[in-house]
Amino acid sequence: MPDLGKYAFAVLGSYAAGLALLAILVVWMVLRNTAARKRLEQIEGARDGQN
Amino acid sequence: MSLWEYANPVKFLSFSGKIVPWFAASAAFFIAVGLYWGYFLTPDDYKQGSTVKIIYLHVPAALIAINAWFMMLVASLIWLIRRHHVSALAAKAAAPIGIVMTLITLITGALWGQPMWGTWWAWDPRLTSFLILFLFYLGYVGLWAAIDNPDTAADLTSVLCMVGSVFAVMSRYAVLFWNQGLHQGASLSLDKEKNVADVFYQPLLMSITGFVLLFVALVLIGTRTEIRIRRASALLARERG
Repeated sequence: MPDLGKYAFAVLGSYAAGLALLAILVVWMVLRNTAARKRLEQIEGARDGQN
Repeated sequence: MSLWEYANPVKFLSFSGKIVPWFAASAAFFIAVGLYWGYFLTPDDYKQGSTVKIIYLHVPAALIAINAWFMMLVASLIWLIRRHHVSALAAKAAAPIGIVMTLITLITGALWGQPMWGTWWAWDPRLTSFLILFLFYLGYVGLWAAIDNPDTAADLTSVLCMVGSVFAVMSRYAVLFWNQGLHQGASLSLDKEKNVADVFYQPLLMSITGFVLLFVALVLIGTRTEIRIRRASALLARERG
């Protein structure tokens, strides 16, 4: 582990905040895409059932 | 075969579904290597000490924050000129990514600025233009959400995107326009004298490559989502009508 000295809060805080925000963005976009796909499949399925 | 063929939502979904995993996997690889290399294997800077390690997040995020807006501008112009829905939806999909990248830039910049400049924030030209760019991103997303008709929303957000481009340019070149303020010049330069030292540059390049690939992967995923949401709304509207 590198010795961050007196700047440990700045460096670790940056990595924690940056990586957390990236992770939230990726998870949110993937979950939203999955939900949209399922919803569209559901609507198309119901529509095909009617025809 | 023309690029415009991918303006067809069905073709776009088919093509993007094949390439997204490759972009996502490459992005994960480059970001992991860039950050590991930068954090664990590079020395401290003689001036900045260990805070130099923040560069591997701050610079790539800032680069994406600015260029995401330009991507949105190009996509918006294509929408306004050629009326391709996929183009407007790609611009919409890029906005949340831009918000997060701008936020990462502002937070890591503040955390770096406190020990280096003695302040979390200064009304410096580059910092201020970045904050305004962040507000434009929020406004852009808010405008999409506020208008029911998707075509009208795409038209108005495209105009907003053109106006906001002024601040995206300012975010990039504020240091050159106003030779004042706390923020130093660009970390990356073709001039070897001005560019960061090789020991920092190589992992930084890896991290930047990873962020660019991540941006492409997320824009593709986001555009796929928006296409599906639009298609679902159209089908429901047709059923009701």
